[in-house]
Amino acid sequence: MATHTIAFVERVDGALHDPSLQTALERATTRFIGNRAKAVADVDNFEALRHQARAIRAGALARLDELLARLADNVERHGGRVCWAEDGAAARRYILDLAQQRGVRTIVKSKSMASEEIHLNEALEHAGLEVIETDLGEYIIQLAGETPSHIIAPAIHKTREQVRDLFVQHLGMEPTDDIPTMTRTARTALRQRFLQADMGISGVNFGVANEGAIVIVENEGNARLTTTAPRIHVAIMGIERICESFDDLGVLLQVLARSATGQRLSVYTSIISGPRRPHEPDGPEEFHLVLLDNRRSEIIGGKYAEALMCIRCGACLNACPVYQSIGGHAYGGVYSGPIGAILTPLLQPDLPDAHKLPHASSLCGACEWACPVKIAIPDLLLRLRADAVNNGKYEGYEPPAMFGWRQAMMNPALYRLGGKMASFGTHLLARNGQVRWLPPPLDGWTKQRDFPPFAPKTFTELWEERKKQG
Amino acid sequence: MTVQPHRRAVLFVTCIVDQVHPNIGLAAAELLERQGVEVVVPRGLTCCGQMAFNAGFRDDAYAVAGRTIEILRNQGDVVLPSGSCGAMIRHLYHELFHGTRHEAAAKELAQRTYELSEYLVDVLGVTDVGARYDGVIAVHDACHGLRYMGLGRQARILLDHVAGARIVSLPGSDECCGFGGLFAVKQHQISEAMLQRKLAHIAECGCDLVVTGDSSCMTQIAGGLSRSKSRVRACHLAEVLANRVGLGG
Repeated sequence: MATHTIAFVERVDGALHDPSLQTALERATTRFIGNRAKAVADVDNFEALRHQARAIRAGALARLDELLARLADNVERHGGRVCWAEDGAAARRYILDLAQQRGVRTIVKSKSMASEEIHLNEALEHAGLEVIETDLGEYIIQLAGETPSHIIAPAIHKTREQVRDLFVQHLGMEPTDDIPTMTRTARTALRQRFLQADMGISGVNFGVANEGAIVIVENEGNARLTTTAPRIHVAIMGIERICESFDDLGVLLQVLARSATGQRLSVYTSIISGPRRPHEPDGPEEFHLVLLDNRRSEIIGGKYAEALMCIRCGACLNACPVYQSIGGHAYGGVYSGPIGAILTPLLQPDLPDAHKLPHASSLCGACEWACPVKIAIPDLLLRLRADAVNNGKYEGYEPPAMFGWRQAMMNPALYRLGGKMASFGTHLLARNGQVRWLPPPLDGWTKQRDFPPFAPKTFTELWEERKKQG
Repeated sequence: MTVQPHRRAVLFVTCIVDQVHPNIGLAAAELLERQGVEVVVPRGLTCCGQMAFNAGFRDDAYAVAGRTIEILRNQGDVVLPSGSCGAMIRHLYHELFHGTRHEAAAKELAQRTYELSEYLVDVLGVTDVGARYDGVIAVHDACHGLRYMGLGRQARILLDHVAGARIVSLPGSDECCGFGGLFAVKQHQISEAMLQRKLAHIAECGCDLVVTGDSSCMTQIAGGLSRSKSRVRACHLAEVLANRVGLGG
C-alpha cells in the first residue's frame, strides 16, 4: 500500500509498533552516528569546513541561473544533451520518449532521489519497460515493493532476516543469513541486468558548471556500471545540486561522505562529462542530463531557499530522535526526516498530510548540529508551521485554545483566574500528588506520563507574601 | 563564597514555573540573592510567547511576546530559570519581530537576557553556591539551552561543587527527552517513545536524581519516572543548588 494513502498518525503508530523496524533503525542510526563522529574528529577543523561548504552552497544558489546555463553549455559542448524539465511530468515525458525512440526495453538505475521524487519508475513500468534498481538497498526495497526509508540508506528499515526472506522469494536463494552469500546472490542477479540494459538512469550528487560534468558518489560500483555499460545514460539532477568548480566540489565531497556514512570519501567518485568520445574504448553512446526544477525555482529567493542548500547526506535523519523512532516511511513523502519535513510540503504540497510533517519535530536542533551546511532546520520548520496556520491548516481546538491563552497572557487578572481554575481542576484530578488523566485534547500527555497539579499558590503570590513579610 | 558588588536582575520565572513549579522560582531567587543580586519581579510578567510561536500562531505569539518586551524595557539584566524560554528571547525573537516596531527592543533585550546557570557562572563568576546533596546526580541537557544558548558546562561546574553529591554521566545526555511543547501532546506517541529512551538511560546510569535546567524537560522526565514508579526523581538545577530538593510546590 502506498504510504501516503494512510494518515500520518497511523503511519507513526504502525512504525512505533513494528519491532523489526525499531531494531533495524536503532542498529543503523547508531552506527551512522558513531562513524560520522569519528570521521568528523579526523578533520582538524570540521567547523571551518562546514562554514566553507555553506558559503559554497549559498553562493551557488545565489548564481543559479548563471551556473546552470554554464553547466548546460559545457555539457552540450562535450556532446551531451540537456533537458530543462519544469516539472516531474516534463522529465518523465522526455525520458520515456527517449527510451521509446531508441527502442529501449530494459533500464538499470542507480539510486536517485530525484527520480523517486517524480515517480519515474512507475511511469516507465507503466509504458512496459523493465526497470531495475541496482543500488543494493534500492534493489531490496524494489523487490519488497516499497519506497526508500532513508536518503542514503533506502533499506535502513529492513533487518537482515527480512532481506533473506526477500532473496529467497525473488532470487531463489537457499535460505541463509550469511551476508556475503546474500550480497553475492544480488550481485549475480544484477550483473546480468547491467549487460542486458539499453539505458542507464542515474542521479547526480553535484553538477560542476565550469567543467560541464556531473559527479556521482557511491560505494558499490553500481553507479559506474549504470552510467557506462548501457548505450544511453540519462542523469537526473535537481537544479539546486550545482557548484561552480572542482575546487568547490572538493570541499563539498569532504563534508558529504563524512556526514553521510562517516567515510573520508566514498569508495567511488565518478566524474562524467558527456558520452564516449571517438577515441575512447567504453562509455555510453549518448548522454542526457535532465535538469529538474519541479518547484525549486519558486523556493529560491523565498524564505525557504536555505533548504535547497541540502546535499542529501542524511545526517539530519540519523541525528533526529523522531526519525530514529519512526523511520522514513512514516513521513509519507519521498524525502524523510527533518529535511524531508521541510522539502515534502514544499515539493509535494498536494500530499494530504504534508502540512503535518513540520510538526513531527520536538525542535531539539540535533539536525541543525549534524547538518554539514548548517541549514537552520528548526527555524524552517517553524516557518512552515506558521504558513500552515495562515492557510487554515490546524487542529480545530487550536485557534480557540490560542485565543484563550493569548487573553490570559495579556491580562494579569485573567492569567491569575485561569491559573486558579487550572489549579482547582488539576487538584480534583490528582491522585497521590499526580494527575494520571487529563481531558482531551491534553489526554495525549497522560497516556504514558503523569502530570503535576498546578500549584496552590503561584510563584508571584509566594513572592508577594515574602516581600510583605520582609 | 564571595558576595559580588551590588547588582540588580529581573527574574523572569516563566509561566510554567509560576503556575506549576513555583519552588523553582523561589530557588532561583534565593540563589541570586545569596550572590548579592537584588531580585526584581516586574508586575504582570507572564510568558515569552514560545508556545504559540512553536505552534505556528505567530500573531498570538507576537502579541504576548510584544507585551513581554514592553514590560522588560529598561530593566537591566533579565535572568530565566529556563534555557528554552531564554532561547526564545535570544534566538527566536529575532525572527518573530523582524521588520516590526519591536525589532530594536527585541535585539536589545536579547543582549541582556541570561539563563540562570549562565548568569551565575559566566556573569557573576560563581562556581560554588554552598549547596549540599547526599546522593548521585545525573544531568540532562535541555535541547534549546544546549544548542541555542551554549549551556551545559555551567550546570556541571555548579554541581561539581555541591557537597556530598556524586555526578555521573547520563548516556545520551544531549538527546531530546521528547517534550517539545505541544509536540508532547500532538505527537504524543513519538514523544513517549523518546521519553522511554531517556528513562532507560536514566535507569542505566545509576543516579537517584536527574537534574535539568528546564522545567518543561523536568515535567516530562518526572512524569515518566512517576508513571513507571521509578525511585529516581527529577528536579530543576536551581532546586539542588538552593537546597530545595523535595520541598514540594
